[in-house]
Amino acid sequence: MEFFKYTHTFNFMAKSKMAMILSIVVVLASLGLLATKGLNYGVDFAGGTIVQVKYDKKAPINDMRAKLKGNALFDNASITEFGSPDEVVIRMKTSTGNVTTDIGDVTREALKGTGNFEVRRVDIVGPKVGSELKEKGVMSLVLAIIGILVYVAFRFEWRFAVASIIALVHDISIALGAIALIGIDVNLDVLAALLTLLGYSLNDTIIVFDRIREGVTNSRNTSLSDIINESITRTLARTTLTSLTTFFVVVTLFMFGGEIIHAFAFTLLIGIVVGTYSSIFVASPILLAFGFDVKGYHIKLAEKSKREAEKQKMRDQFESGVM
Amino acid sequence: MLFLESSRMKLNYRIVIFALAIVFGIFFSAPSLLQTEDGKKITLGLDLQGGLHMLLGVKTDEAVKSRIKSIAASIKHFSERKDILIDSLKFDDQAVSFTILDSDDTKAMKEYLSEIEGAVVVVNGENISLTLSDKEILRTQKQAIDQAIETIRNRLDQFGLSEPVVARQGKEKILVELAGIKTQEEEQRARELISRAAKLELMAVDEDRFARVNNMTAADAAEYGDVILEDVANPQRKYLVREIPILDGSMLTDAHVGFDQNNRPLINFSLNSEGAEIFGDFTGKSVGKRLAVVLDGKVYSAPNINERIGGGAGQISGNYTVMEAKDLSIALRSGSILAPIYLMEKRSVGPSLGADSIKASLVALVGGFVLVIIFMIIYYRMAGVIANIALIANLLILLAVMSLFGATLTLPGMAGIVLTVGMAVDANVIISERIRELIYEGKSMHKAIEDGYSNAMRAILDANITTLIASVVLYAYGTGAIKGFAITMSIGILASMLTAILGTHGIYEMLESKIQKSKNNLLWFGIKG
Repeated sequence: MEFFKYTHTFNFMAKSKMAMILSIVVVLASLGLLATKGLNYGVDFAGGTIVQVKYDKKAPINDMRAKLKGNALFDNASITEFGSPDEVVIRMKTSTGNVTTDIGDVTREALKGTGNFEVRRVDIVGPKVGSELKEKGVMSLVLAIIGILVYVAFRFEWRFAVASIIALVHDISIALGAIALIGIDVNLDVLAALLTLLGYSLNDTIIVFDRIREGVTNSRNTSLSDIINESITRTLARTTLTSLTTFFVVVTLFMFGGEIIHAFAFTLLIGIVVGTYSSIFVASPILLAFGFDVKGYHIKLAEKSKREAEKQKMRDQFESGVM
Repeated sequence: MLFLESSRMKLNYRIVIFALAIVFGIFFSAPSLLQTEDGKKITLGLDLQGGLHMLLGVKTDEAVKSRIKSIAASIKHFSERKDILIDSLKFDDQAVSFTILDSDDTKAMKEYLSEIEGAVVVVNGENISLTLSDKEILRTQKQAIDQAIETIRNRLDQFGLSEPVVARQGKEKILVELAGIKTQEEEQRARELISRAAKLELMAVDEDRFARVNNMTAADAAEYGDVILEDVANPQRKYLVREIPILDGSMLTDAHVGFDQNNRPLINFSLNSEGAEIFGDFTGKSVGKRLAVVLDGKVYSAPNINERIGGGAGQISGNYTVMEAKDLSIALRSGSILAPIYLMEKRSVGPSLGADSIKASLVALVGGFVLVIIFMIIYYRMAGVIANIALIANLLILLAVMSLFGATLTLPGMAGIVLTVGMAVDANVIISERIRELIYEGKSMHKAIEDGYSNAMRAILDANITTLIASVVLYAYGTGAIKGFAITMSIGILASMLTAILGTHGIYEMLESKIQKSKNNLLWFGIKG
């Protein structure tokens, strides 16, 4: 079976202007969403308390609200369904620093008489830990990006590195925009998903860039645009296939992985689509816009091999005792 | 092995390494997969097996405060013993200050103060003030944390859970992880055991002023060097005791549960020789008076002293259950926590939620795995089968390495495995696409395979290393469950280099003559041509 049999090169770069406009619009919309609606930080980053309660039948949410009302510990608590009608989470912005009195016990006591239930999870994150986690989270994203930038610059060239980083920032902005739009709680798992997306999207970009590097070195054609088009076309089957298999896996994770893994899977779903798109329509056009000089590169390569040949010649002469 | 049937197939170093890796994978993943009795197994994270994770902070300022307080007490004690007249002895959170009435005594006092470790003494005429140096404050704070960690660890070791984790996290946080807590009561007990200060003090009751205790304020009591303490069972009942204790729990050597004549549980404790001597001297001097047994600032009992008590043994009676008495004796044995601790983060997962999470993630893992395997076979035929062998080997090796290191599998870790499945086939997709291309270009089968691998190699390496960079950062900066994700991702990527690149190459090399002979590109690579 074959999705794309290589017969001719698609002219992707001709369409790159349209893609650029689309990307800019979506990224700006995402940034706008982040600025206005903002991210909905969960307890991990904002601090607070979560109590997850599971009933043996549909959870009596109104009943629960009535019972918790008036208890200072549950001021401004929100109660929402979690995955199924039987299960709910109670979210509070406050957290208690007391080790012995437990909010789980308090909840159990307060909800007495609302039916058969079980407190399945209690998460308390103090404000200090929350802000620390946030700081660490941002740090890890920044560090990962810097690490990747350095590696790509070392293995390829700085223009490749910058182009791939712009594509990454593009992907992450859009993923964050989608998270803000849906109003998903941003917790540590979303951060993990963002970092995975970073690695994943970069994979795609690097596979294309590797072909471009190969094309630049080997091709007699000196038009960067042609080389990029050919590289993308030749890797198209792989890009689609890998995106599809990963997509399958993440979809099963999204559908069957349970409520706790939902935000993680959602972030990745968006990331895979955007990451695949960006490696073709963002990273490569930017590389083109930077104007990598293929002819100059060829001359440099030729000079380098000439120098090496000369060195070799001198060495040979030296060894054979001519000098 | 199936491949060895034909004499035309040749062994090569790649296939040998791959076969060894598979044997390694099967051997070391077996204990985890089959849950055998022996062998190293993967531990399930708290989010999968249920348990309690806490991050505790230590109020180190309190430790400094109590250090200041004890310095004030010892100055008082010293001046009384040496008949040095001092006035307005005061202390706050940072400093002790007093005035010396007779300037002839200044020298002796200065000498005494200079012996206090880390003290900064400022003498201004007859006014003397004392603070702690920054270094000493840091040392006191550090010691408070060390001591809290040590004590909590001691207590939990005796609590009866398997492998409790008590570790320092960062500079001043304490990580406590308790796996396998099954019931609410168990969790409650563990939390009480952790947070209990367990500060035992034996204090002298101020018999002279005791009658007036109900009319006194704390300030009144302080004037006489006394404090007012409540009875543990009945808070209305007040005791007036001397502020400076006769001795404290630091001289305790043992504490265990015993029973009184009515068969009610009590705690027997014994003191070390120094404590026994002080205790003996005091009881000898104070016959007819009362001795208050004070635990965490509450009076448990105040028996009359009938005679000198030698031997250094005593009892704490109270109205407790056997279980409470047992936990209390554990707390006393393991020493007191000098600075109070507080909760910074807590995550507790019930066992049923953990079981649900395992079920859900297994469904996702198996589902994703089967989908990928079927898809690869349809798309690549035999090349797909070979890629799938590599994929299975990859999973086995991943599990084996995790078992071998006793790594913890968390829910995000499960997601990491699922994702590895998706990404591990990528290497084979890249390679197969390259081989297909070269076959279309009319290269010989041998050349197509060899060049296919070498052309694909750079891209695969670069892609894997960048993903590895992201996972290493995630490991370094992640906490708890997220670290588990980084671990499975990293091991999965490394294993995929072995299986997907080296392993499949070995298989192709072995089968090469067979592939060449069959000339069936549809069967082997899923393409016509």
